[in-house]
Amino acid sequence: MRKKLWIHLALLLVIPGLLFTASCAKKTVKSDTSAAAAAVEEQQRQTDKAAAQAAQEREQQAEAEAAAQLAEETAERDEMIQKNMFESESIYFEFDSAALSPMAQSVLEGKANYLRDNPGAQVIIEGHCDERGTPEYNLALGDRRAESAKNFLVNLGIDIARFTTVSYGEENPVDTGSNEEAWAKNRRAKFLVE
Amino acid sequence: MAQQFKDRKTRGFPNGKRAGLLKGIVVWAAALLAAFFPGTGFASYDYIDITNPFLRKIPLAVQPFKISDRTPENEASAAEAVRLISHTLEFTGYFEIIDPEAFLVDSANPPILRPNIQFANWTGIGAELLITGGFHMKNGLMEIELRLFDTFKQRLVVGKKYRALPRDLRRIVHRYCSAILFSLTGSRGYFDSDIAFVSNGTGNKEVFICDFDGVNPRQFTKNRAITLFPAWSSDRKWIAYTAYNRGKPDLYIKNATRQRGYVLDRKGINTDPAWVPGRFELAATLSFSGDQEIYLLTGTGKIIKRLTQRRGIDVSPTWSPDGKRMAFVSKRSGTPQIHIKTMATGAVERLTFSGRYNTQPDWSPKGDRIAYTAMRGGQSNIFLIRLDGGDPVQLTQNAGDNEAPSWAPDGSLIAFSSTREGPSRIYVMTAYGTDQRRLLSMPGEQSNPAWSPNGIYTKVLSGS
Repeated sequence: MRKKLWIHLALLLVIPGLLFTASCAKKTVKSDTSAAAAAVEEQQRQTDKAAAQAAQEREQQAEAEAAAQLAEETAERDEMIQKNMFESESIYFEFDSAALSPMAQSVLEGKANYLRDNPGAQVIIEGHCDERGTPEYNLALGDRRAESAKNFLVNLGIDIARFTTVSYGEENPVDTGSNEEAWAKNRRAKFLVE
Repeated sequence: MAQQFKDRKTRGFPNGKRAGLLKGIVVWAAALLAAFFPGTGFASYDYIDITNPFLRKIPLAVQPFKISDRTPENEASAAEAVRLISHTLEFTGYFEIIDPEAFLVDSANPPILRPNIQFANWTGIGAELLITGGFHMKNGLMEIELRLFDTFKQRLVVGKKYRALPRDLRRIVHRYCSAILFSLTGSRGYFDSDIAFVSNGTGNKEVFICDFDGVNPRQFTKNRAITLFPAWSSDRKWIAYTAYNRGKPDLYIKNATRQRGYVLDRKGINTDPAWVPGRFELAATLSFSGDQEIYLLTGTGKIIKRLTQRRGIDVSPTWSPDGKRMAFVSKRSGTPQIHIKTMATGAVERLTFSGRYNTQPDWSPKGDRIAYTAMRGGQSNIFLIRLDGGDPVQLTQNAGDNEAPSWAPDGSLIAFSSTREGPSRIYVMTAYGTDQRRLLSMPGEQSNPAWSPNGIYTKVLSGS
């Protein structure tokens, strides 16, 4: 009877032990696979991290490039806008006059700023007249208008060597109408960057 | 009516001298003969009243030609000769050409010589002058006899005989009309002159040239750039003009018949050429100094000296016929006005005082007057002012803008541009403002006429 008890006891002890062993073994096995997975995971993580980092770097670089390009484009655009403004903004004169109005003078001051910011810019100043009067005299008058704009800019400190003047007299109207509005538009000095 | 033909002055004209004069006339590839008719040793001057020659036009009949061999070709040539003579004489403004419908003459066989002409038939229809013509073809050459009669005095005024190729008909007619004008006015007219002008029909302003009557327009410059202000040298061999070939107004001096010339391209404007009479020199406006001043240049475009000294615009030189004085436009008194500089003393006097914009002076070939353009009330018109004072006379009015007067070489007509029909075109009028008519029809707009001097040998046929 006692023997039976011992067996039971042994069983009682062994089985959990077995169980334990089994569970241990299992656990070992289990532990092995999880380590490998972890390694892979780690590796993956590393890769992912590197990739992310690279991506981030790329992104940053692209962003920087885009920013630089944007800045460049903006600068170019600004320059273009400034150049366009410089070229599109003419100054206007009274009939049979080459005198600069206060308005014309303030436009010329803006042009002087542009020329200071763009020291490489060479400028052609065109002098124009309206259709009234006669072409010989108007050719001379257009010349005077261009010269008076040039002299004003030179007096503001811009090098005289940067200017060329061309008179078109009444030969190149912007508005071919025969009315006050058209004439006023045509009596002008126009600026071009070479 | 016959007393209209005052005969105060007559000038002896020995036959030998006449032959000598005609020897100088060369119609190329054509022989030209003078025929001497009995009783025509004198040419009278005063048929046309010099003080107002256009007030009363002389009624003149051009009789159909007597044709020796009535082929259709000969009849056509003879009819064309009659048409050309009528057109050319009418152009002068001195004559009223009588409608052939009124003629009382056998047009198939008209008498062309004095004993046979029934002058009463002509005085009866009001003709004070009669031209008869004979036409004969021989060996491919036309022989044309032309006679001008005073129908009241029943007298031959001027008779000539020409032999030439059929294509030279126009030149023969011009030669004869010149002889007629010389006998009636003492001036040879302008029938071998040309008119240069600017036209933009090609898309750019270019210089064109036509005959004095607008016939035969041809393109002289092919710059494909703005081209302005043509000016003839007094020997007619050179034409100067302003052009933008290099993007700015430069002065070009071109041989009228050959492809050579000179350029003046200093900075600023190089413009407004005006040749000194009888010299290979010209005045022009240059602004390389920063101020628009008139300079005297050699014909090759080199500066001889500066002619104006005042600050402000000085432009548009024109010379007196003797070259001793120069009129020009100056703004020295505040508005553009015509001034005159005497070369010997350097003295400058203001000529125009009325109005605020007087430009484009052109000195008359007779020397006593200057035609110019005055702008008043926003409209441009042609005026004449005498050099010895007096009020300016207005020649155009209420007909658009009228600009750029240019005298015919005999001082009887003025070419100008006008917008009276809308686009700018070239017109002609007498020096008294009468008989204003358009000179020619061309695509585009025309401006800046420049009447050439007379010149027998140097007719510009085509250009560079």
